[in-house]
Amino acid sequence: MGNECVAMLLAGGEGKRLGALTTNIAKPAVPFGGKYRIIDFTLSNCANSGIRTVGVLTQYSPHELHRHIGNGKPWDMNREKGGITILPPFTAKHGGEWYTGTADAIYQNIHFVNQYNPKYVLVISGDHIYQMNYEKLLEQHKQTNAEVTISVIEVPIEEAHRFGILNTTDNMQIYEFEEKPKNPKNNLASMGIYVFNWDVLKNYLIKDAMKKTSSHDFGKDVIPAMLMDGRRMFAYRFSGYWKDVGTVSSYWEANMDLLEDEYDDLVNSKTWRIYTKDSNYPPLFLGERAKIINSIANSGSFIYGTVEKSVLFENVEVGSDSDVVQSIIHSGAKIGRNVYLQRVIVMENTIIPDGVRLAVAPNEDPLIINEEIVKERIAVTGGNSV
Amino acid sequence: MSRLMGLINLEHESQHFHELTYSRSSASIPFAGRYRLIDFPLSNMVNSNIDEVALFIHNKFRSLLDHLGTGASWDLDRTHGGLFLLPIDGSNPMDMTKGDLRFFRHNQDYFLRSPSTHVLISGSQFIANTNYRKAFEYHLERDADVTLITTRINRFLPEHRPLFRIEADDLGWVQQITNDQANPVVFTGVYIINKDLLLALVNDCIAYNRDNFFINGIMDHLSSLKVQSYQFDGPCAFINSIESYYRHNMNLLTEKHYRELFYEQDFVKTKISNNPPVKFKERAAVTNSILSTGCIIDGNIEKSILFRGVEVKKGAVIKNSIIMQRCTIEEDVYLENVILDKDVQITKGQKLIGSTQKPFVIAKRQVV
Repeated sequence: MGNECVAMLLAGGEGKRLGALTTNIAKPAVPFGGKYRIIDFTLSNCANSGIRTVGVLTQYSPHELHRHIGNGKPWDMNREKGGITILPPFTAKHGGEWYTGTADAIYQNIHFVNQYNPKYVLVISGDHIYQMNYEKLLEQHKQTNAEVTISVIEVPIEEAHRFGILNTTDNMQIYEFEEKPKNPKNNLASMGIYVFNWDVLKNYLIKDAMKKTSSHDFGKDVIPAMLMDGRRMFAYRFSGYWKDVGTVSSYWEANMDLLEDEYDDLVNSKTWRIYTKDSNYPPLFLGERAKIINSIANSGSFIYGTVEKSVLFENVEVGSDSDVVQSIIHSGAKIGRNVYLQRVIVMENTIIPDGVRLAVAPNEDPLIINEEIVKERIAVTGGNSV
Repeated sequence: MSRLMGLINLEHESQHFHELTYSRSSASIPFAGRYRLIDFPLSNMVNSNIDEVALFIHNKFRSLLDHLGTGASWDLDRTHGGLFLLPIDGSNPMDMTKGDLRFFRHNQDYFLRSPSTHVLISGSQFIANTNYRKAFEYHLERDADVTLITTRINRFLPEHRPLFRIEADDLGWVQQITNDQANPVVFTGVYIINKDLLLALVNDCIAYNRDNFFINGIMDHLSSLKVQSYQFDGPCAFINSIESYYRHNMNLLTEKHYRELFYEQDFVKTKISNNPPVKFKERAAVTNSILSTGCIIDGNIEKSILFRGVEVKKGAVIKNSIIMQRCTIEEDVYLENVILDKDVQITKGQKLIGSTQKPFVIAKRQVV
């Protein structure tokens, strides 16, 4: 595709609803699936779709994210031409400011896009788990001669009020957009994935930036303004796995989904690989009394106890006589001996001392455990918390 | 200032690995779930702050070259220095050089151009995780011409038979290099030599139509050279046959040995592959084993080493075996004491049993 299409990846999100998981890192950098970070799915989609120029817009606690992306090598985007460019907010001669909304983030980087002089701009965000061929989206965009194409997915009608809902004619042309409608007319939810003709978008971004009352958001401001003007807008129907991992429970569910046979292809697909920055840990070591089923585990780990329905990242230890059930254990965490964990998320490098028991009821949100929680809980309960 | 360059010389190494070296040089034999033998000397050199490493490549090097790439996995993709692959030039019919001397002669410019003053030479069959910084300091301190890295063997094994034994005086000066099997101090094949001396000895050997730099250049001149010995005390192995290969892989299933080799020093570096984590399904039962990324397990595995991307279907049993990259083990297969090379497929219900002394080896890409 060359520079016909430039992707702008919004990765500045704070992800407040992920609680302690995003205390120090941006939501797209949150670890996922035993090895990856959430943004890997979108970046791999770009790589697999043949998009070679990607601007990654970062803002909130970007260190981890910047380090993870580096020069883009894991996605084969360490290119002389195009490749990945990280775009944090900046100041220039006439000032500058933080990105105040999704549209503003692109507006502030108009010069970046202009230097490639693309026909199309793909706007995506780095906080969803899905595998999508953007080439097909772009193909439809061209075929329908659209100015804007928005990717949509069918959601259960009773949940439609949580999304931006698109109302379309039979040929998928959009005539109405309702942001989180009380009484949704259908169930086609916007995935926050847009293709724009760059010349069209550019004008709207400039107009929107001038408007004092605008929140400078694609869903709230730019898309409605385009609709109002009768721009040629189409919906692109996506079917397949798609999950917004915006809350602790959806984060936990999406990790658990990886353990299901039907979602094997999410990370095990040979034709749509998910790339990430890899490390040099030695292979996984299982001890003589280890038991591990319905789980995934990564390199550098030592397992002596029982692991069931869990996701283990690299360099993790599970001590003997311990049970880890329905849990997510991030890199470098050490689970002592005779520990019982159920429905918890253990954060990076947390040490769970011997004998600790922590279980969360199925109807409650999984518990995020870091060093502080370990200290508090164990001080209060003497190591027995249910 | 004194500075080291690295040279990996594979020319006179044992190639007695049968099926495992049908299509690759012994240096690129897969080891310990994700490595190749050559990863050890390469990582050790890089960890010794060496940033220019040359490799004499001879034959069956497709797999080796694929593995090494630009050297990026070892941080050897440099503007200055980095990885140098040195083949021989077969175009001159008048060329009479032999053995590894041929490589030295044909690539003399590489050594002349390098700003390094010293060369660390290693093969690929001495497996250890270490660095040679101290040995180099020692070499400079003693003002030696050559420093041989030795190690002391506690238990004599068949793979030790071909190794040279080192006899040194109290100050570490080497007096004799022998085949005396009763001497437990063996030469690891790793040595440091002054670059100018190396080039002079190479020319001398070639003038006398010799074929082995170490034997003819160093051993034969032992009395006129100042040769030191420096003892390496860490965990190590010599791998020069299928039996030693199998034994040392299996040895890593003892957690202590595994941690000693991989966790007490810097990590051994290898080519990055980007496979997903290991997936354990409903019927997986895996104990005392090492598994690499990309494996999908639904069977029984005991005391075995699985490389990247191995699939084990339900009902399959694998014991005391080494299963290399991308093998598929179908349902109800039974494997014991076997080595499967890469891309082997064992079809449903097959039973293969080797002995612990002589594992059953299946060559690459077979369907059994």
